[in-house]
Amino acid sequence: MTMQFNDETFRGDYTYHNSPEAIRRFPFPFDQDSYMYSVNIEQHPGGPKDTPFEKMFDVDEHYVAEMKDREITLAEDPLRCQSLPHMELAGWDLLELIMVSKARDYPDLFTLHRDGNDWHWINKPLGIEKKFTFLDATTLPCGPMEYITRQTQGDFALLHERDNNLWMDAGMITSQADWSLDFDVGMNFFEWHAPVPKARKMGVFDKALKFLLAVGQGQHYRRLNWTMTVNPRLDTSPENYHKWGPEKRTITPENVGQKQFLRVELQTFFRLPRSNALAFPIRCYLMNLEDIASNPKWGRRLHRVLRDIDPALAEYKGFAVNQKIIVDYLSQFDDGAPTSPGIFPDA
Amino acid sequence: MKKLCLKVTAVEQLSPLVKRFRFEDPTGATLPVFSGGAHLTVEMPEGDTIRRNSYSLISDPYDGSAYEIAVRREDRGRGGSLYMHTKVSEGDDITVSLPSNLFQLDLRARKHVLIGGGIGITPFLSQLRQLDMEQKPYELHYAARSREEAAGIKLLPQAAHIHVHISEEGSRMDLGAILDGQPLGTHVYTCGPDGLITAVADQTARLGWPKAAVHSEAFTAPPPGEPFDVVVKSSGKTVHVKADQSLLEALEAAKVDIDYSCRGGACGRCHTKVTACDGRILHNDHWLSDDERAAQQDIMPCMSRFKGTRLELDL
Ligand code: HEM
Ligand code: FES
Repeated sequence: MTMQFNDETFRGDYTYHNSPEAIRRFPFPFDQDSYMYSVNIEQHPGGPKDTPFEKMFDVDEHYVAEMKDREITLAEDPLRCQSLPHMELAGWDLLELIMVSKARDYPDLFTLHRDGNDWHWINKPLGIEKKFTFLDATTLPCGPMEYITRQTQGDFALLHERDNNLWMDAGMITSQADWSLDFDVGMNFFEWHAPVPKARKMGVFDKALKFLLAVGQGQHYRRLNWTMTVNPRLDTSPENYHKWGPEKRTITPENVGQKQFLRVELQTFFRLPRSNALAFPIRCYLMNLEDIASNPKWGRRLHRVLRDIDPALAEYKGFAVNQKIIVDYLSQFDDGAPTSPGIFPDA
Repeated sequence: MKKLCLKVTAVEQLSPLVKRFRFEDPTGATLPVFSGGAHLTVEMPEGDTIRRNSYSLISDPYDGSAYEIAVRREDRGRGGSLYMHTKVSEGDDITVSLPSNLFQLDLRARKHVLIGGGIGITPFLSQLRQLDMEQKPYELHYAARSREEAAGIKLLPQAAHIHVHISEEGSRMDLGAILDGQPLGTHVYTCGPDGLITAVADQTARLGWPKAAVHSEAFTAPPPGEPFDVVVKSSGKTVHVKADQSLLEALEAAKVDIDYSCRGGACGRCHTKVTACDGRILHNDHWLSDDERAAQQDIMPCMSRFKGTRLELDL
C-alpha cells in the first residue's frame, strides 16, 4: 500500500496531527481576504493534482483513525445513524457510488468485483473483505448506507426530494459542527437551515435549493464551508456539548496556535440514479493555526478574515469567545502584503 | 451538460401515431441506470441549430443495456416529434442527455395509483418496473380513445392490477370509482391531457386526499407561437425567435450562454431575470409562482414567449 495511515485520536489525548503533505494539500476555504455566505458551488471532482478536490471521495492519512472514531461515537449513540424506511434504495445507490469510485480512484486500497448483483468488496486499509448481493440487505451486517459510511470518511446526509424541497430522511452524522441528525431527521431544507444567521434573508438558501433540485445524474458539485474547533475533535455534536463546549475555555495566548483548529467541510452533491435522492457528503478537515500559518499566504489571509468577520457569524460558528486571542496570535503572520487570488498556496 | 452519444438500434411503429425508439451505446458499454418516471433530452440537429426535446424513458430503469422512448407524432407541434418520426432510423447516431427525473415515485406511499391518458402512459412504463422490483402494491389505469390509438397496450404487461379503459368501446375511466376507497397512505400519479390532471386533482380534493399524495407530470413540450424579438443585455444583441422555436432554442442558436435541464418548464435551470419589459410575457412554465409571473421580472426561456415591443434579458 502506498498510503501511510496515522495512528492518532480525535478525543481524550488528541494525538491527531497533520504531516507536511497533509498541510500542503489542506482545503483552505478562503479565496479572498474576507468572508460572507454565498452560493459558492462549483463542479466536482476536479482541481489540481494531489488536492482533496481531485477524486470523488478523498482518502487521506486520517482514514483509519477517523473510522475508529466513528465506531466509538456510534457505540455510544446509535441514533447518529438513521434511515427512514423509504431511503434504503438511496443507501444502495450511495454504496454503489462509493465502492465504484474508490475502487477506480484507489486501486491499491480498494477492490470491487461485480458479477451481476454478486459483489465482492475488499477494503485493505480496514482489513475488510465481503461478498454480498447488491440490493439484498439481508446479505450485509447492517443497512447499505451504514455499511459503506462506516468505511468512508465524512458525514453523509441523504435527501429525499418531494414537493419541490429536499428532506433529510437518512444520514450518518458523527463529525458534525454542532447540529444533530436526531433533531433534523425528517426536516426540509429551510427547516434544518433555520439556525443559520443572515443567509436566508440574503436569498442564499432559495438559490441554493433551486440549484440542488436541478442537479442531474452525472453532474456532481461541491462547496466549502468552515468553522473553528478547539482541539482536533470530530464529534462536536449538540448531544456531547458538555464534553467539548467547556474546552473552549482552555484557550490561552500560549496554546492557541496548537489547540485552535480551522475546521473545513468539503461538501459534495450527487444525484443518485435509482432513488433519485441527493447524497450530501460532508467531509471534515482539521488543521491548527500553527500549521496553517506555516503557509505565508494562508496565515495573512486567515488573520484578515477572522479579524473582519461579521460578529453574527463569529457567534454562530462558536468562536466569538476566543476571537481576540486568535486574531492577536495570527497578527504576527500578517505583514500587510497583498495576497494572491484563489485558495491555493503560492508556489 | 454531460451527454451520451448512442446508436439507434430499433425503431418500431406501435400505432399509427406512435413510434418506439431504442438507443444503445455503440461500444456496448453499460448506460447509467435511472429511476421510474425519468426522461431523456434528445438532440435533433436541423441545419445550424439543434432542437432538443425531452421524452419519458419507457424501458427497465435497472437495465443498462439500452434506453427506450416512445414518441407521438404531433403534426402541429414545433417539429421535434416530426423529426423523430421522419428523420431517425435504425443505425443512426443520436445524442441524448443523461436521465433526469421530475416525476419520481414517492416511496413513502403504502400504495401507488398510476393514471395515464394517451401518450401520458409513457412515464408509468418505467415506474411500474420499479414498483415491481420494490414489490410495492400499485394499480395502473390507462385511458385511450380507441384501441388503435392505445399504443401503450403493446408495452403493458397483462396483470390484474393493470386496467385499460377504451372510451370508444364504452369502458370510460371512472375516476370516482378508482379513487374512492383507496387505503390511507395511497399516492396517485397522473400524466396526460390537462383535463385529466385537473379531473384527478378535483376528485382527490373532494375525497379529502392530502395534496402531497397527488402528483402529476409537470413538463410538456414548449408550445409554438408568434415570432418575437429579445435583447441580450450584456451584448446589446437582438435575437429573433421564430414561430416554431422556443426562446431557449433561439438564444442557443445565437450562441448566448444559458443553462438548461428539462426544457419543459419544470426544473428551474433556465430561470432568467428580465431587465426591461414593454409588453406581456406569456408564461408557459410550471416553475415561477403566480406573483413572479405577474411581476414580469423573471422568465423561463425554455417554455415562455413574449408579445410586445421590447423584452431585455439579463444574460
Ligand atoms: C442538501 C444539502 C445540505 C444539507 C444536508 C445541509 C445541512 C446543513 C446543516 C445541518 C447546517 C447546520 C445548521 C444548524 O446550525 O443547525 C447547515 C449550515 C449551513 N448551510 Fe447547509 N446544507 C446543505 C446545503 C447547503 C447549500 C447548497 C448551501 C449553499 C449556500 C448551504 C449553506 C449553509 C450555510 C451558509 C450554513 C451555515 C454554516 C456555518 O456558518 O458554519 N447549505 N447546513
Ligand atoms: S430548462 Fe427546466 S425550467 Fe427551463
